[in-house]
Amino acid sequence: MRPRSDADAAATDVLLSVEGVTLTFGGVTAINDVSFDIRKGEIRAIIGPNGAGKTSMLNVINGFYTPQRGRLTFKGEARTKMRPYEAARGGIARTFQNVALFKGMSALDNIMTGRSLKMRRGLFWQLLRHGPAMTEEIGHRRKVEEIIDFLEIAHIRRVQVGRLPYGLQKRVELGRALAMEPDLLLLDEPMAGMNLEEKEDMSRFIIDVNQEFGTTIALIEHDMGVVMDLSDRVVVLDYGRKIADGTPDRVKNNQAVIDAYLGVAH
Amino acid sequence: MLYREAGQFKTSYLADQAIFPIRQDRIGMAVIIAGAYLLTLTQNDFLLNAMMIPFLIFTLAAIGLNLLTGYTGLLSLGTGAFMGVGAYACYKLTSLFPDVNVLVWVVASGFFAALVGVIFGVPSLRIKGFYLAIATLAAQFFLEWCFIRVPWLYNYNVSGAIEVPTRTLFGIPVTGPTATAQTRYLIVLTIVAVMTWLASNLVHGRIGRMWMAVRDMDIAAELIGIRPLPTKLLAFAISSFYCGVSGALMVFLWYGGAEATVFNINQSFNVLFMIIIGGLGSLIGSYLGAALIFILPIVLRFVPPRLGLDIQAATVEHVTFMIVGALIIFFLIVEPHGLARLWQIAKQKLRVWPFPY
Amino acid sequence: MDLLYSIFIDPFVQMATAPDLLAQTLWEGLVGGMLYALIALGFVLIFKASGVFNFAQGIMVVFAALTLIGLHKLLVQNGVSNATAAAYLALLLTIGVMFVLAFAVERLVLRPLVNQPDIILFMATFGLTYFLIGFGELVFGGDPKIMITEDLRLPTGAITYKALGGLLSLQRLDIAAAVIAAIMVTTMAVFFSKTRIGRALRAVADSHKAALSVGISLEQIWVIVWFASGLVALVTGIMWGARSDVSFALEVIALKALPVLILGGFTSIPGAIVGGLIIGIGEKLAEFYWGPLIGGGTDSWFAYVLALVFLLFWPHGLFGEKIIERV
Repeated sequence: MRPRSDADAAATDVLLSVEGVTLTFGGVTAINDVSFDIRKGEIRAIIGPNGAGKTSMLNVINGFYTPQRGRLTFKGEARTKMRPYEAARGGIARTFQNVALFKGMSALDNIMTGRSLKMRRGLFWQLLRHGPAMTEEIGHRRKVEEIIDFLEIAHIRRVQVGRLPYGLQKRVELGRALAMEPDLLLLDEPMAGMNLEEKEDMSRFIIDVNQEFGTTIALIEHDMGVVMDLSDRVVVLDYGRKIADGTPDRVKNNQAVIDAYLGVAH
Repeated sequence: MLYREAGQFKTSYLADQAIFPIRQDRIGMAVIIAGAYLLTLTQNDFLLNAMMIPFLIFTLAAIGLNLLTGYTGLLSLGTGAFMGVGAYACYKLTSLFPDVNVLVWVVASGFFAALVGVIFGVPSLRIKGFYLAIATLAAQFFLEWCFIRVPWLYNYNVSGAIEVPTRTLFGIPVTGPTATAQTRYLIVLTIVAVMTWLASNLVHGRIGRMWMAVRDMDIAAELIGIRPLPTKLLAFAISSFYCGVSGALMVFLWYGGAEATVFNINQSFNVLFMIIIGGLGSLIGSYLGAALIFILPIVLRFVPPRLGLDIQAATVEHVTFMIVGALIIFFLIVEPHGLARLWQIAKQKLRVWPFPY
Repeated sequence: MDLLYSIFIDPFVQMATAPDLLAQTLWEGLVGGMLYALIALGFVLIFKASGVFNFAQGIMVVFAALTLIGLHKLLVQNGVSNATAAAYLALLLTIGVMFVLAFAVERLVLRPLVNQPDIILFMATFGLTYFLIGFGELVFGGDPKIMITEDLRLPTGAITYKALGGLLSLQRLDIAAAVIAAIMVTTMAVFFSKTRIGRALRAVADSHKAALSVGISLEQIWVIVWFASGLVALVTGIMWGARSDVSFALEVIALKALPVLILGGFTSIPGAIVGGLIIGIGEKLAEFYWGPLIGGGTDSWFAYVLALVFLLFWPHGLFGEKIIERV
């Protein structure tokens, strides 16, 4: 158990707020009038049974889907329609449920790609690959090596990621997201398909990222033990609706949540 | 024994980010470049004219297409046409401004090809995979039509062909009938070497990584902040630039004149096959593939007579088609990364020789 | 103003004042479009069943036609005196060759490339294209040949009648082609929707793995669809060959089936037909009424540019399925 942050933090500390978001595909409503917020520096878990709309929610937050109704406010600015790369520029990074690495590239290059946004030198210097371009490249390489050390993947930095085992791929993917130095990190089932040991490693990384770098984290996870240990606050979705929101303890004992998981007739 | 990296420690990220981190590779490159330049001294015009010059020119086109298809994952069937844009642009420029050195125009013609490439690359935002390949066919056939139907492009020559005028550099003819094979080879070699170096810089840096990211998973690339359209358009521009310069070199320093048919769809396929066989996403592969596709017909033409077999020219051509077709399928099945991958494996074996691992 | 007039008004004036020419142009376009549609149909069959975008379909058309002519010549030379009998015997043998081709393609190209990305399979069919061109020319020679239309007892000559203030001339062969094409498409549609193999084929199209798991033989299905599209290629080759010489130069025309597919979507048989007709008629009209303004020869690229413009607005074709991207 890690210390809980103050549940009554001031409203100005809100990094992202979601208000009344509704997302439909054709006739299917994936998210129905959901509101919640993510505060600066917290670990916020989004849980719910399969098909509850959790991944869709992350997709809305980083601009991959545009909701039909509702409002998102990120860093105090209301956001309308936004492309994913604009969200990335705004400081939202993301990992995926099914690892989405660049399979043809090495682990090092994958993480370096995460620095693309921070690199400034244009085509001319890139063509020469000397002088300012090289200085820049080296500087970012140094940053990337810090991340590689932090995630303990130094031994595989030259390996093409397609050949890595699943657990390491997940770690490289986290590294790529960290390389963006995001304000908000979205993790979609970071521990899916891992064994206990790998889960412990990953949990440690998540806590360290949160505490050392001060990164705000929103994560989706099915392992309740992990969720209860890691997160400061939990929002529970079921059939696209929000059914509970609060500290892990409070959510755990919420009747609606228990019903959703145990399957009471609606 | 000679090919060992043991004892070569990198003490800085600068050294580690080098394109050839192993010393023996650097020495090998230096030897190859020196050897290529020494070839200028040969009096064997056939070797230079019929083999080295076209090989280098095709390599340049293959590098261009590889930047687009191998690195960025955008399949193009319009390479021939983009080469044509370069050739015709160079021809018009040197006709309109004969006083400016022709080599300036050879390079400048790349910019025209780049512009045209960008125009036809715009649909790549919404179109993927073979849809895009078909869209590039539009470029191929439309531009080919322009080369035939817009007489302004070939200065209203009755023959419909472009004739390369004699142009000099420091008083030495570099294009036209009086230019020696040695001079032309030297120029082609220099341009191709420099452009290979630039391409290598590009693919090892930020832009190359962005291209590969778009190729491997475009959605993930967008979610880490890479804007898809500018990235793809840049690939189209630079790829077409390379193809354009290659086309200009082809007409000005090899053929000495050309008709529109030189830049037809078969040329596009020719270059595409070079990169498939050579290796998608590999610069060395562009060289190896160009060598194989270009040299194969020559070998088929000259080797059987030596063995006492009498094969007609037409038969050679048909057999070449069959072999190339079969090789494409073979490489896609057995080694999708092409000759470049075989090259890597050979180096790896050499590195640990005499031990298997 | 003159330019605008000649682009936007004059062609329509011409159409209105000479409806017979318009009707003739439309008919020509329709016939050309039907051939494109038939090639596209071959593509769709294979794409639906194996996800392979078969670039070699156009070449299979030429290859089938060449085989038919070549075998016919061989039979006549070897003492089959009745030319018609020889023609039909050659037709049967050619069907056999197309089956062998389907079998060989499945064994040597598709099976080793199972589970590879679509684009790799696409490129493999480039290799197949080149191989077939080389092989065909090696066996049959590279010179253009004449289709054995008369020996196959296909109708020839033209029907001419007065209409719309002029003469309309319809080739009997074109009418026959339209009828045969219609019969073939209907047969295929029935075959693929009503029979066991048809169901299996649709299952394979949806998911290779799922189809395998319920005991459908992928190999068998692939041979069948490649054979079916080989038959389509043969019919197309005969129709086409009857209108012009048969040689691998047709390849360039055969490529026009690709823009047809863009219009119609890769998975829809009606789409292939509608797309073929749109392209066929569109390029004839464009060439006849607008072509002279820019020097003619527009039919070499019109289809592609039309498809390109079309793609910008309907990226999945007229009848294709819309794919929702997921992450």
